[in-house]
Amino acid sequence: MSTLAAYVDGVGFLGPGVGDWPAAAGILTGAASWESGPTVLPLPQCLPSTERRRTGPLVRLTLAVGLEATTRAGADPATLPAIFTSSGGDGENCHEICQALAAPGRQLSPTRFHNSVHNAAAGYWGIATGATPASNALCAHDGSFGAGLLEALCELAVERVRVLLIAYDASYPEPLHSVRPIPGSLGVALVLAPERSAQSVAKLEAAGSDAPADQMADAALEALRVSIPAARSLPLLAQLARRTSGRVVIDYLDGVRLAVQVNPCH
Amino acid sequence: MTPLALTSFTATSAIGRGLDATYASLRALRSALAPCAFETVDLGTCIGEVAGVDAVALPPGLEEFECRNNRLAWLGLTQDDFAAAVEACAARHGRARIGVFLGTSTSGILETELAYRRRDPASGALPAGFRYRGAHNTFSLAAFVQRALRLSGPAVVISSACSSSAKAFASAQRAIEAGVIEAAVVGGVDSLCLTTLYGFHSLQLVSARPCRPFDVSRDGISIGEAAAFALLERRPASLEGDAVLLVGAGESSDAYHMSAPPPDGRGARAAMLRALAAADLVSEDIEYINFHGTGTPSNDEAEGRAVASVLGSEVPGSSTKGATGHTLGAAGALEAVICALALRYGLMPGGVNTTEVDRALPVSYLRENCRRPLSAVMSNSFGFGGSNCSLIFARADRSR
Repeated sequence: MSTLAAYVDGVGFLGPGVGDWPAAAGILTGAASWESGPTVLPLPQCLPSTERRRTGPLVRLTLAVGLEATTRAGADPATLPAIFTSSGGDGENCHEICQALAAPGRQLSPTRFHNSVHNAAAGYWGIATGATPASNALCAHDGSFGAGLLEALCELAVERVRVLLIAYDASYPEPLHSVRPIPGSLGVALVLAPERSAQSVAKLEAAGSDAPADQMADAALEALRVSIPAARSLPLLAQLARRTSGRVVIDYLDGVRLAVQVNPCH
Repeated sequence: MTPLALTSFTATSAIGRGLDATYASLRALRSALAPCAFETVDLGTCIGEVAGVDAVALPPGLEEFECRNNRLAWLGLTQDDFAAAVEACAARHGRARIGVFLGTSTSGILETELAYRRRDPASGALPAGFRYRGAHNTFSLAAFVQRALRLSGPAVVISSACSSSAKAFASAQRAIEAGVIEAAVVGGVDSLCLTTLYGFHSLQLVSARPCRPFDVSRDGISIGEAAAFALLERRPASLEGDAVLLVGAGESSDAYHMSAPPPDGRGARAAMLRALAAADLVSEDIEYINFHGTGTPSNDEAEGRAVASVLGSEVPGSSTKGATGHTLGAAGALEAVICALALRYGLMPGGVNTTEVDRALPVSYLRENCRRPLSAVMSNSFGFGGSNCSLIFARADRSR
């Protein structure tokens, strides 16, 4: 696999007890300690009120991290192709549909149905930001972040444009929680660019690897990394937060992981 | 973009298993839509069900992937020597150099729907033996196909509703062009389930009759199921004249509404224009268009306007969903294969069920088959969330 390069122009983050990228960076460098808590999801003011009422927590999560990353990158979100990647999408919505279909009468809400598509977050992102470039909606189970990063790097390499990557996951309610125990919501967004700019914080050079994925030194963060698919990004985010050069291996598939060389721009 | 060869392709839908049966049905203008008798569904609608899916046995050792969607995937993979073509490709490039890019909208959700009827009355737990990863998860399809074909490169599912498997071609093309892989198994598989049957019904988008795309009295979709695959590779040094190439892909987002297109079809228009630009073609080069053509009043109207604004009103087109039903996440790949057959045999398939074309739609809609050598054709796929993708295919012997 050839090496794919990109500059990180902006990062967005929201997770259990962590409200934005600077807070995450503080925890990932060890400057602050992490205490898990609820993932606080801001109400999306950029959506029309008719749409805002229909949005679930995942739409709020993806809008929050996507807008944080584009703001930090100084990018107009309407102009960026976007890659959304998630293992399970909206688990609450999926549960409600399965429950309705198992009940007499099988009355399904039309809003629930159109929110059930795996690209629902991508659709609401477009409605909220006016973004009309291509958007993608990917899934690779626990390797969804790796799949999304690879897709983003390929799109950037071929199209030579800045792209937005948003990886996100949330809990299922019971009974699905027992068979897929994702403990909380976490979203991460990266604005990636083909050329270095004043906003660039680091250069990434990624290649395929069969080495094992890096783990987090902190036991609690390692538990987070393996329990929420989008958190498989944590070793990469930690390297970005440290602002030092280093190489990390992140999860994708067995035997197909991504080794990423990170070099800070400042 | 650099054209890529479809060195093997296959399709299985309600109109037939494999290419010969599919082509024979297209030639005969046969619709496979029939009144719905699927599972316990009690909706007055017609569907395009693939016969015999539940009798399909998955390869030994892959029992963890048991579900209707993966059974349909395996039924599809075993047609037209497709797996043998992948094996030959693996011998040329190595198993790790072949990616898997597949579209599905609902994967194995049917298993979960059925399991919810058998929850433990006391605890509410799902029945023992429920498999989330192998059946329910959206990635299950690509994981299964990768294992079944013994490939070890990148694998991903694209799930953008009804544009999923068209976009799989675009993602695979980028990965090949970026040098990540040498070849890719692309395609889509979607299978009947209650979520989509009752869901589209709740949106009042389902016809009680077999769907009639572009008809003046069209009143909704008929849901179908399909498995369609293609092996995408860099163009070999020598290629038969009737070989089919992917020459252009264009994607866009509507940024408009979750389940309806903008009436002017501007998102569809943008996708078609980007596909033409990627193919370095002009609108006059497109000789046939396979419409997304779902058969809902607003979808066909928006697409008709978009197509007329990009290709003009003269280019012959049809929707094959009157024959196959709307196969949702598999539609892009199924209709890509139908386009490949159109190029190979010089057959523009007529759109069945449609009896009176809506004169308000500014397109040249084919109701009958039309034979003519074809060199470049377009296929449209549009999905919920405003996700649009247009693909352009051409014959290898096309002269410019």
